[in-house]
Amino acid sequence: MPRPFTPKVITANDLLEGDVIYFTTANTWTRHLSEAELITDEAESQLRLLEAEKQNLTIVGAYLADAKAGENGPEPTHFREDFRRKGPSNYRHGKQEAAAHV
Amino acid sequence: MYKYNDFDAAFLAERNAQFRAQVERRIDGSLTEDEFKPLRLMNGLYLQLHAYMLRVAVPYGTMNPTQMRQFAHVADKWDKGYGHLTTRQNIQFNWPKLRDVPDMLDSLGEVGIHAIQTSGNTIRNTTADHFAGAAADEIEDPRPYAELIRQWSTDHPEFQFLGRKFKIAITGSETDRAVTKAHDVGLRMVRRDGEAGFEVMVGGGLGRTPMIGKVLRDFLPREDLLPYLEAVLSVYNVLGRRDNKYKARIKITVHENGIDTYREMTEKAFALRKAEFDGTDQKLLAEIKEHFAAPTFRHGATDRFDSTYGSDPVFRAWVDTNLSAHHQDDHAVVTISVKNHGQTPGDITSEQMRVVADLAEEFGYNELRLSHEQNVILPHIHKNDLPAIHARLRAADLATANVGLISDIIACPGMDYCALATARSIPVAQEIATRFDDLKLEHEVGDLKIKISGCINACGHHHVGHIGILGLDRAGVENYQITLGGDGSENAAIGTRTGPGFSYDEIVPAVERIIKAYLEVRDSAEERFIDTYGRVGMEPFKAALYPDAAKKVA
Ligand code: SF4
Repeated sequence: MPRPFTPKVITANDLLEGDVIYFTTANTWTRHLSEAELITDEAESQLRLLEAEKQNLTIVGAYLADAKAGENGPEPTHFREDFRRKGPSNYRHGKQEAAAHV
Repeated sequence: MYKYNDFDAAFLAERNAQFRAQVERRIDGSLTEDEFKPLRLMNGLYLQLHAYMLRVAVPYGTMNPTQMRQFAHVADKWDKGYGHLTTRQNIQFNWPKLRDVPDMLDSLGEVGIHAIQTSGNTIRNTTADHFAGAAADEIEDPRPYAELIRQWSTDHPEFQFLGRKFKIAITGSETDRAVTKAHDVGLRMVRRDGEAGFEVMVGGGLGRTPMIGKVLRDFLPREDLLPYLEAVLSVYNVLGRRDNKYKARIKITVHENGIDTYREMTEKAFALRKAEFDGTDQKLLAEIKEHFAAPTFRHGATDRFDSTYGSDPVFRAWVDTNLSAHHQDDHAVVTISVKNHGQTPGDITSEQMRVVADLAEEFGYNELRLSHEQNVILPHIHKNDLPAIHARLRAADLATANVGLISDIIACPGMDYCALATARSIPVAQEIATRFDDLKLEHEVGDLKIKISGCINACGHHHVGHIGILGLDRAGVENYQITLGGDGSENAAIGTRTGPGFSYDEIVPAVERIIKAYLEVRDSAEERFIDTYGRVGMEPFKAALYPDAAKKVA
């Protein structure tokens, strides 16, 4: 039996800001993992990555990251992606800072 | 200190202008990331987890107050109001925006600071003893040699495409404060028959295959430095492997070919190279030395120092831990700890940068240094000025008396910033420091070096920590391996692994058990951790770390 496919999101860094962004179903980029497209099919994931990479002029280093479905959209499964979603743990900088300002 | 001449200034301005154009072309779409990446790395610009990071070199760790203030200005204007001191005497800005980077580089260029050769397979920024020019035990100031190496290696056509990056460290005294044995080439000044020269070590390095440098030449006359280095590098260019990135560093070359073969080939190449040197390098060295001439030291009574030392216990504790012997009896070398308990090791705010700059200007002959241990040094301070300096440092939250102690931890940025990391290192450092501060054990424990890396690349020098901690990713959770007995001094040694690693929640208690075991088995309060380890070995620490394993055997 083939191994079950772990769902993925497509993530990258923004060219100008350098911050973490996620690819949406609308072929746009969001700053919030919860708004990302959760891809559950392996073949589809490769096609979506190609689609995302068409925007390589404004993004850097798109890749497929493991994720799972959560109550409010995709959630990370690995601590690295969890840190990327939040920001560093020594200061409230990065995304957690932006969140504190809304 | 070294002043750029017109050629240098023009060269820097041109490099920055080129990079500005490259950034514009990336933004307007004329350059792809694949094309742009090597260009930005050459200019010190990395893309990390949450943002870009700009790394600028502070050659041999020496800087002046104007430069320090410019760092503060850059941090305030384009970053988040702080800078991070690295383990290679660089400063990193963690939050620049791509569009701002050319302005940041121009701004730094105005004070002679740049990011050239902080990346790529070139000869990197030469690191030096941070007490250079000041230490009581120094034979000669190593910085003119470091600067000579910088000028010779910058854009040297033969060494722009080495098999791998190449790091040189230099110290001007027999005491090794620059971890020379963990560098591709280490230069340690020694004396023989009254003559000063260099002991040349080759093939040291940390990372995934840690090795202690081997002696290539036990005594190299100072004037032979450049031809000899050229010889060492030319042999590396011939023998070094380019088929496998992990086997490309010179430590592997030396390991695979043997030190004797490497020495033989180097000596042959050296004979040829030496004939090509016509003395221009020595003229240049003489010029460079003028820039590093010692300041005219003020002399006078030290009564204020003596009375404050007698009456103020806080001042006394700070003096006892943070000061080192200066070659002038009435002066001291001051290490300013940027390691407040619970703070990120090496992070310094723009406000603190300005305080330090002011102190260097008012009291310290305009001299500042950065140490690879992520602290700031005032190298020349008259002892009578110490009480005033201490008061100003206290007001700026910079007077922590912990240099060389358990909370003076080296930690790399780890997974809080670094894209290569496999685990965090900063919070581990913060928690160890806070824990031992709460226990009030720090001064009782005494001299102890804890070093933490967030991945196998070992930027936190964990292999040479008395206690080394390496953060790994074990099946999707952070796991920390401990090594004991590493040493970064002239008695350099690679630490030995204790056994299985510890989870994030277990690592601080594990360190605490090691310390308790040490306090029990040391033969006196004077026996340092590293000496106790040398005497009793791993067993008592293993027993403390893995009590269940011991029970099973029993
Ligand atoms: S040791 Fe690893 S995690 Fe730490 S700074 Fe170096 S590359 Fe990054």
